[in-house]
Amino acid sequence: MGRLKLFVPLIICAVMGVVLFRGLDLDPQELPSALIGKPLPEFALPGLDGGTVTQKDLLGEVALINVWATWCIACKVEHPYLTRLAESGLAIYGINSKDDDDAALQWLHQLGNPYRINIADHEGSLGIDLGVYGAPETFLIDADGTIHYRHVGIVDERVWREVLLPLVQRLRGDSV
Amino acid sequence: MIWRVAPTLMLFLSLCAGLASAAIDTYEFEEEALRIRYRALATELRCPKCQNQNIADSNAPVAMDLRAQLYRLLHEGYSDEEIVTFMVARYGEFIRYRPPVNYQTAVLWSAPALFILIGGWLLFRSVRRTSTNKSDVATLNGEESAALAFLVSDDVIGGEDT
Repeated sequence: MGRLKLFVPLIICAVMGVVLFRGLDLDPQELPSALIGKPLPEFALPGLDGGTVTQKDLLGEVALINVWATWCIACKVEHPYLTRLAESGLAIYGINSKDDDDAALQWLHQLGNPYRINIADHEGSLGIDLGVYGAPETFLIDADGTIHYRHVGIVDERVWREVLLPLVQRLRGDSV
Repeated sequence: MIWRVAPTLMLFLSLCAGLASAAIDTYEFEEEALRIRYRALATELRCPKCQNQNIADSNAPVAMDLRAQLYRLLHEGYSDEEIVTFMVARYGEFIRYRPPVNYQTAVLWSAPALFILIGGWLLFRSVRRTSTNKSDVATLNGEESAALAFLVSDDVIGGEDT
């Protein structure tokens, strides 16, 4: 027993090593959304193309809701891929966050418009209700408007194929 | 004289610089009580973007938005608790610098007490062991004491030096 005690520091070191090594892979910037499993928050905001948009306008099928802005450089990187996804038939809605309407419309005119509807969130109030802390962020909702996933950062081929597509397929299967 | 106070002065000034770099708020409060609550909540709430700062210290866009939201909620008559609930509902428990005590945070909250208990127990054991070991130490008999006294005496030690 006395001899075994000598191994205690070694065991502690080994356990700490494993725990800390595991920690290297974790991204502290990646926060789980508090809204997973919750319905879309209620809102009534102007649409970028005029009129008023409410959460009810985004229901009906599995969709992505993308938070973007012309001041967000990463959004420009993400834009072509979103356009491709939209062309494949996926419903994508946009939340144009704290932006200038004219600048946003010009951006869509120049780069193409992947969004079925764009919500002009001038004050960022919808952003706060969704727990958005930067752009771009992308939410995945089902046909009833329940939030299933939130991706922080750019949606690209890898994110779509490894994370979003399997969820979309599952949700579409569920709702049939 | 000035040289003697200079280091203290420099330390003081460098501390002031830290205070001055905190985000500057332009909100005006009619009631002092609201201002105090605003200050307290802004230091309690953590910025989701720059994770080691509270929303009072951070100048990230989201921190500015959250300060504006906090200001609005205070003026709409929300209580401190309701405001924290509002923020947690949107940004998750992460936004609280002081997490609530529940089964998920039980380990977190009890860890300091556990460490003190374990440390105290180890200390107690090692102290007790040393005190019991002391009784095992052999005492010198008369002859040995005399020999020791001779060895440490000036005659011997002084003799070796010269």
